[in-house]
Amino acid sequence: MNSVRVFFVGGLISYRALFSWLNPWVYIPSFLVAPVFQILLFVYIGRSAKLQSDSFYVIGNGLQYAAIPCLFAMANTIAGERYQQTLGYILITPARRLPLFLGRALPVVTNGFFVSVFALVVGGAIVGTHIAAASYAPIILVIAVSAFACTGLGLINAGLGLIARETAVLSNIFFGALLILSGANVPVHNLPAWLRPVSEGVPLTHGIAAARHLAAGSSFGSVLGLVGAEALIGLVYAALGYSLIRGTETLSRRRATLERA
Amino acid sequence: MRIVRLLAFGWLFQMKMLMRSSFNSWLGVLYPLFFATVAFFMFRSGGGGKPLLYASLGAAVMGIWSNTATPAGSAMARERWTGTLELQVAAPVHFALVLLPLTIAMATIGIYSMVATLLWGWLAFGIQLQITDPVAFVLAVPATIVSIGALGFVLAVLFVRFRQAWALGNMLEYPVWLIAGFLVPLSLFPSWVRPISWLLAPTWGIRAIRGAALAGPSYGDIGMALGLGASYVLIGVLLVHRALDAARDKGTLSLT
Repeated sequence: MNSVRVFFVGGLISYRALFSWLNPWVYIPSFLVAPVFQILLFVYIGRSAKLQSDSFYVIGNGLQYAAIPCLFAMANTIAGERYQQTLGYILITPARRLPLFLGRALPVVTNGFFVSVFALVVGGAIVGTHIAAASYAPIILVIAVSAFACTGLGLINAGLGLIARETAVLSNIFFGALLILSGANVPVHNLPAWLRPVSEGVPLTHGIAAARHLAAGSSFGSVLGLVGAEALIGLVYAALGYSLIRGTETLSRRRATLERA
Repeated sequence: MRIVRLLAFGWLFQMKMLMRSSFNSWLGVLYPLFFATVAFFMFRSGGGGKPLLYASLGAAVMGIWSNTATPAGSAMARERWTGTLELQVAAPVHFALVLLPLTIAMATIGIYSMVATLLWGWLAFGIQLQITDPVAFVLAVPATIVSIGALGFVLAVLFVRFRQAWALGNMLEYPVWLIAGFLVPLSLFPSWVRPISWLLAPTWGIRAIRGAALAGPSYGDIGMALGLGASYVLIGVLLVHRALDAARDKGTLSLT
């Protein structure tokens, strides 16, 4: 019972306390305005380059922008403890580590999901893309799975944030890599052959592909494989991220670098 | 002479400070490369018929704006956090002369980004940098940097009352990338967008650089970029008085 409380209540309190972007002066420009302009930027570049349709970029960037809340928030809510000088107190508590760290991921997934849905709806309305009404529900499910998968990468980011000072730099690098590799703007088959396997192994690639198929009228059953792959990738990254956090915790105790910022 | 010395040393000092920050230095170089890479893939795979150098030059100037928008938004907030804002305001020189070299230094960091983008385009995508008018090109680059730095100066002054000004600066990154025509011709936008683009110095900066590289002399565009930059400085100088007076009246200068 205590673990459940740590997971839900602890996760929510940590999110509110450590993710300083919840201030409207940050939230609105960063999570509501910027994704819409990212969509517009790539829609217009796409029109200039004559590569894909508008809906290709609306869906690609709408889902890819979930990376911003998922990467930055995950790093803030775990590695941020070090900057607040509270990491030591957290790590000496008897609370189980799994609910302690993974509980912080739940609000991150929820916010990533919301940001993505908002970007998709508003970006799509501005550009004028049409998605069949029957496709909304399965696309929303795909967005949720994609936000979860991206939060898995966010956990790795948070683990690295316990040993690297500049979490904002790390988050931006992961975001940039996803911009290229996830197929948000460049179809995966247009990437160099050696990059394609990397693309298949990162979060969002399968989610974006599934959402595009659904928007084009495919049934949910036909994209089940893609959604399953996205979920599996999320699980693998989450497991790796959790292991990394535990590993860096042990390492920082051994080397007495726990509070080094 | 004293003003020139102040601007020069201010610029040098701020450059050294910025170069010590991984966020402002090598992320500033690396981050625009991700967008440049996407643009290269899109233009190479697409059927738009534009030369890749068009995208390479646009992406290179994107880096200058990228290095200015977010840091300039929070320039004064950062001085507040470090406790140096009151000292700078109390200094016997005009505060604008303290702030301007800072935002121009931010834009200057963009030179690294610009060079890195052009090199990346050449090494990874085989984009040759062929310049039709080298003199105009050499003049267009610093003119663009100074004018973008001046735009950053206005942002820094406008956002002085906002504690989370970095987010507002960051929010302006994409819109300026979009409507300044770095990667998209202005003719593709609705007609109401174009007058806004014309008021932005980066629009004329990229026109000048791209014109010098691909078409020929672009001195008119260089003049427009510098003229708009001078206007921004004038607006900033006028606004900075009001902002500082208001902050002094309300006792909020050091409010973080």
